[in-house]
Amino acid sequence: MTTLLNVKDLRAYYGQVQALHGLSFSLNEGSLTTLLGANGAGKTTTLRAICNMVRSTGAIEFDGKPLNNRSTENIVRFGIAHVPQGRGTFTTMTVEENLQLGAITRKDSAGIVSDIERMYAHFPVLKQRHTQQAGTLSGGEQQMLAVARALMLRPRLMLLDEPSFGLAPLVVRDLFGILGKINREDKVSILVVEQNAQLALELADHAYVIETGRIVMSGKAKDIANNEEIRKSYLGY
Amino acid sequence: MELFTNQVLAGIATGAIYACMALAVVMIYQAIDHLNFAQGEMAMFSTFISWQLMQWGVSYWAAFLITLAFSFVAGIAIERILFKPLAKAPILTNVAGFIALFAIINSSAGLIWDFTIKQYPTPFGSAPFLGSQLISTHQAGMIGVTVLLLLGLYFFFQYTRIGLAMRAAASVPESARLVGINTSWMIALGWGMATAIGAIAGMLIAPVVFLEPNMMGGVLIYGFAAAVLGGLSSPFGAVVGGFLVGIFENLAGTYIPGVGNELKLPIALALIISVLVVKPAGLFGRHIVKRV
Repeated sequence: MTTLLNVKDLRAYYGQVQALHGLSFSLNEGSLTTLLGANGAGKTTTLRAICNMVRSTGAIEFDGKPLNNRSTENIVRFGIAHVPQGRGTFTTMTVEENLQLGAITRKDSAGIVSDIERMYAHFPVLKQRHTQQAGTLSGGEQQMLAVARALMLRPRLMLLDEPSFGLAPLVVRDLFGILGKINREDKVSILVVEQNAQLALELADHAYVIETGRIVMSGKAKDIANNEEIRKSYLGY
Repeated sequence: MELFTNQVLAGIATGAIYACMALAVVMIYQAIDHLNFAQGEMAMFSTFISWQLMQWGVSYWAAFLITLAFSFVAGIAIERILFKPLAKAPILTNVAGFIALFAIINSSAGLIWDFTIKQYPTPFGSAPFLGSQLISTHQAGMIGVTVLLLLGLYFFFQYTRIGLAMRAAASVPESARLVGINTSWMIALGWGMATAIGAIAGMLIAPVVFLEPNMMGGVLIYGFAAAVLGGLSSPFGAVVGGFLVGIFENLAGTYIPGVGNELKLPIALALIISVLVVKPAGLFGRHIVKRV
């Protein structure tokens, strides 16, 4: 197992306010890792720091190459696809245009066309609505579109920020099923941030727990799910 | 009836110019959320460049193309040097920047080419168009060039990847960066294109209003009126607004007693205020369908 993403002593700031206090973790190639924690623990900030969308210090290495001081749009070109909180849909554009935008850094037009078809196979509802304005999709459909848009990059690592947020439980099950399939079949490493710890631990192979900007716990997802003490004190279920 | 048709056609011809100016204003507004008060002066300066080239013996269409290239680069340079550093500044700072740009360009043109009125050639001639007394060949040329430009822009934004990237950068900048679009350069590109579009408007209207540093003052106000009427968030609306304002301006000047040529400009301003009061989003202002 090679390390794909290595984060060391990450500190992040919003203005004068420090949100991350020396956070370190790593993620293996091909793994599905989850970052758990309560509201305001720093999960979203961690993802945003990886993509340099918030001021931070510390070392972030992707596949052995440092990501610090690179612009967000350059980090994407390493093959890191970020599905932001709130999905980041291009609401005024069509579903198909959203998918094309996901592949905007790619040069292989034939590959893009076949990947769009592949996404329609993963998410049939997107095919039905491919000419529709993306803002008219339901929350669950928009989340599917956001995942599909991220996959259009043919990423090596996908960062997902609370994909379950605001979705009906059945839709969440569906979505997590697809994420697991993408991880296994397309060999995309995934780092998913979740408040829904139970569900995330079922899906992931490795888990980290964050509290107030620090990692307080890490281990195999199975072990953390089975440890009642951790579950009660940090995960609240 | 012939007077009416004549006025409508002439209105469409000048409306084409307003449409171009409105489109330039809207493109920059979409990219940086500010109205470019210097859009007209930039167009005027471009027109002077083309005039100077022709004085040096360059043919009309060669001068036209060189001017477009110059304007494109100059627009990008203005964005990089002046407005990129102001991107996070308060709105009033930006307004001051636009006014400064206005004054600098206006005075520079006056300094280089002085304020006397100059004749500007038309490549289309000014004979009656197809033997009809209703419209001149230059007016027909204005409409023709504008229609070609609009079709080209439509194709560019709808069917090219860079056009798609520019639209994405203007609509959701953060998501655009997350798919790998360099939004900062998309804004610069928008400035370049808007400046080139303004240059086309300036070169087409110069034979009508004559060339001088203040030639675009009135035209830009009509352009603003068109952009507001059509909706500042809608490039399509800006174009429709341009044609409507052109026609409206001519009909009001002809049929409303006492308006004549002198009161045409206040009519544009009255139009801006009326639209802002009655329908602030404009005729085609974006209605975003959103589900939460």
